[in-house]
Amino acid sequence: MHHAHGLVEPSPSESMESFLNGLWKQNPVFVQVLGMCPTLAITNSVRNALAMGLATLFVLVCSNALVALVRKLVPRQVRIATYILIIATFVTIVDYMIKAISVPVYKALGAFIALIVVNCIILGRAEAFASKNPVGKSILDGLGMGIGFFFALLCLGGVREILGAGAFLGYPLFGPNYQPWVLFLLPPGGFFTLAAWLLVFTSWQARKKRRQAPAEVQS
Amino acid sequence: MNESLGHIFLDSLLINNFVLSVFLGICPFIGVSGKLATAWRMGVSVIFVITVSSILAYGTNLLLVNFHAEYLRIITYIVIIASTVQMVEMFIKKTSPALFRALGIYLPLITTNCAVLGVALFQTAREYNFAQSVVFAIGSSAGFALALVIMAVIRERLELSDIPHTAKGTALVLMLAGILSLAFMGFAGMGQGG
Repeated sequence: MHHAHGLVEPSPSESMESFLNGLWKQNPVFVQVLGMCPTLAITNSVRNALAMGLATLFVLVCSNALVALVRKLVPRQVRIATYILIIATFVTIVDYMIKAISVPVYKALGAFIALIVVNCIILGRAEAFASKNPVGKSILDGLGMGIGFFFALLCLGGVREILGAGAFLGYPLFGPNYQPWVLFLLPPGGFFTLAAWLLVFTSWQARKKRRQAPAEVQS
Repeated sequence: MNESLGHIFLDSLLINNFVLSVFLGICPFIGVSGKLATAWRMGVSVIFVITVSSILAYGTNLLLVNFHAEYLRIITYIVIIASTVQMVEMFIKKTSPALFRALGIYLPLITTNCAVLGVALFQTAREYNFAQSVVFAIGSSAGFALALVIMAVIRERLELSDIPHTAKGTALVLMLAGILSLAFMGFAGMGQGG
């Protein structure tokens, strides 16, 4: 059944589904391959990944809520411009918030906080989901996608910090004799780690598909 | 900041290549690098957009600093970029409809290419003067175009080779980008003398 614009409140199971969708089945990084730049650039330590994940989560939820709120007021022709302005406003808020909370984190993330504006996950959710759904559902969608992104950043940051620095969140793991694999902190390590995670995800999905439909598989 | 112009150009083109070591503009790098013909056209339009928006952003930043309204920086920059892309789109449509059709959807997508906003933000953060900003914009966008073209050539050559099914697509592009990035790390020594 197709809901008329926000007249019908979504059932709990349906809301839950849009939440879980972003978290796992439609994970923005591993499945949709969106938001690559921050995913690669700031995941050289778990701390940076945490900060970036939280900042993006905040912007995503707020902009989804506001876009859903004004969705009937905005003319179609200027909708993208409106969405970008809404997102840019929240990014400015986050930018000043991080600066106030922790200067070292602010310095480590650098221009990438401001670059949340052009993270295609956020504009993508505004256009594909929040512009067509009621506020509550859009917030859940934002939470799901945001946490999915957060999870992906942690996956990358974890691998890169453990291999590249022999530590997790700054605590050494392997004792003094560990020779850090510095390559994983450098740009190539980012590409290789993400490629490896994508391989894990695609082979895992392919296996699940084979199990679900064994009759269709040839050879 | 008084880096020489030549140093800024080399640094942004090769040593700190936008795609391969600063990680900006990865989405179009993965999306548009399938064919050489579209890759170089995309590269040229990005060079144009980045240069124009960098000049406009430089002027706007002077105004913002003058009125103590730096908190509006992100919002104004994104508006500048969106309107530059719109302008370029209309210009190309008018002068060369064939190129306009070839670029298709990728043209409006330059707005969300983080390399464009990245150039504007970096030139502000590093307090470059006008000449330095323009050289930085040209160097880094040419670096983006260079990475895009290299990747497109490699992908065209790999089209017929026998790749495991799971590795096809994005994972393969990322692995290739990793190897290219390793190669570009070799340029790091060049910056020491300047």
